[in-house]
Amino acid sequence: MDIFLQQILNGLVLGSIYALIALGYTMVYGIMGLINFAHGEVVMFGAMVTITVISLLTSAGVALPGPVLVLIGLLVAIPACMLLGFVIERVAYRPLRNAPKLAPLITAIGLSIVLQQAAILIWGRNYIPFPPILDHETIDVFGATITQLQVGIVVLCISLMVGLLVVVEKTKLGRAMRATSQNPAVAGLMGVNVNTIISATFVIGSALGAIAGVMVATNYDQAHYYMGFMIGLKAFTAAVLGGIGNLGGAVAGGILLGIIESLGAGYIGDLTGGFLGSHYQDIFAFMVLIAVLIFRPSGLLGEKMADRA
Amino acid sequence: MSLLEVKNLQVSYGGIQAVRGIDFHINKGELVTLIGANGAGKTTTLKTLVGMVKKSGGTIHFDGKETDNIASFNFVRNGLVMVPEGRGIFGKLTVEENLQMGGYHRNDKDGIQRDIERGYELFPRLKERQKQLAGTLSGGEQQMVAMARAIISQPKLLLLDEPSMGLAPLIVEKIFEIIQMVAKEGVTMLLVEQNAKLALEVSQRGYVMESGRITMSGPAQDLLADERVRNAYLGE
Ligand SMILES: Nc1ncnc2c1ncn2[C@@H]1O[C@H](COP(=O)(O)OP(=O)(O)OP(=O)(O)O)[C@@H](O)[C@H]1O
Ligand SMILES: [Mg+2]
Repeated sequence: MDIFLQQILNGLVLGSIYALIALGYTMVYGIMGLINFAHGEVVMFGAMVTITVISLLTSAGVALPGPVLVLIGLLVAIPACMLLGFVIERVAYRPLRNAPKLAPLITAIGLSIVLQQAAILIWGRNYIPFPPILDHETIDVFGATITQLQVGIVVLCISLMVGLLVVVEKTKLGRAMRATSQNPAVAGLMGVNVNTIISATFVIGSALGAIAGVMVATNYDQAHYYMGFMIGLKAFTAAVLGGIGNLGGAVAGGILLGIIESLGAGYIGDLTGGFLGSHYQDIFAFMVLIAVLIFRPSGLLGEKMADRA
Repeated sequence: MSLLEVKNLQVSYGGIQAVRGIDFHINKGELVTLIGANGAGKTTTLKTLVGMVKKSGGTIHFDGKETDNIASFNFVRNGLVMVPEGRGIFGKLTVEENLQMGGYHRNDKDGIQRDIERGYELFPRLKERQKQLAGTLSGGEQQMVAMARAIISQPKLLLLDEPSMGLAPLIVEKIFEIIQMVAKEGVTMLLVEQNAKLALEVSQRGYVMESGRITMSGPAQDLLADERVRNAYLGE
């Protein structure tokens, strides 16, 4: 088996999920200069709700094909997460709109913890397996393998990202979002209800987050109340790597980070003479984060670090 | 009945009173200038008129109705539009997109497109730069974008805050030509200007503001001839 190609494929799958989540971070940052650390928990809720719905259906004896069950789960999880994102902004961030930047940042971290605790109350502390309804049939690509499911994940991620770019670049809503991110006061003068636009940003980001959560859960075959922390931190790293506030940057940063991580995990054993194993793959994301912050804080596609950060 | 009727308007920032009880009015079709030294409260007055700043006292009647309960993003829907100090264009939007933002509150797609085309006729330079990011335009061109965008938003009263600020003399003249053109289109305007001479020359009436109070008012010609105005604002 070709390790290099295999790791690139793994990285692509992982990276496109990171990218989808990173978009949620970067959209919110772009419009209000805030890092919504609770976004990772929205991703976790997306996974949990979907699994719950599927489990309920299967235990009720509903016999539908796996992908249909996942779709039904998503149709519940997406609106649930959109509502969660809406409420997060209304309750936690809106009252702090004009507060010093440190206040919403600390609130974001606190909110993550609150949402994790809520998840423990609902779903408990244990890993929750993804119901075995999807077959993991593999496709051979020049000696490396990828599952059909993974191909589906990458294709869906790319479609969603293209869709989002079209919305932001071509529609009236997107234009208002960009105008608001540049100058909310003047956007208001033009008739834009800035509160509505900010809510829309959270709601859209959360919908993408919910889908990403389900992808993570299917890819690893499990979900957990704490899963949002690490995946959120990785996606945040991807957003910073690409240039936070920049949508294209989040996509590029996510995919790049996924590939770096996979290659790192694939070769770390050889590099350290077997001292460190592939379970150290997480260190690569944070090495990347530190390196970006030191050498290019504006990220790959960012112009300069926005001074309101 | 005046289009805008302001009585005893007071505005404070925290404990500091920036506007200390002013009265003024603007009739339909008029071009009125408000002059005054730095910090006199001119920008504050304009911002209060479009709901960006809340008044602490007095009344504002626009088109016969009090504006107190209008949400700040709905002022444009009532016909009150401001071109803010520093032009307030969206630098990372294209010229065309900036103009489209002027039509944000409107629902007549075709009408908006027609008005955008009319904006290009008014400012042919913008047509050539349609797809350019507005932030890359010269100061004068940016002011054109701001003016065109304001016209597309169909104001009943257009408030202009120092449109000539930071522009070269030649461009300033061009901007004043534009202001007169817009006035000819029938748009009522309130103009705040440091360049008091030019502003009064194109206006019908003027007000002079000092430390939050209106200290003089009258036909623009009279103010231009007034000794005190000449000494304080016309540099003579
Ligand atoms: N956001 C604010 N917070 C506190 N004070 C303010 C604020 N904006 C303006 N002021 C104060 O209110 C007073 C009037 O300011 P304003 O900007 O209205 O003056 P202006 O006449 O427009 O001056 P300029 O010609 O310099 O533009 C000034 O003393 C100013 O310092
Ligand atoms: Mg001013």
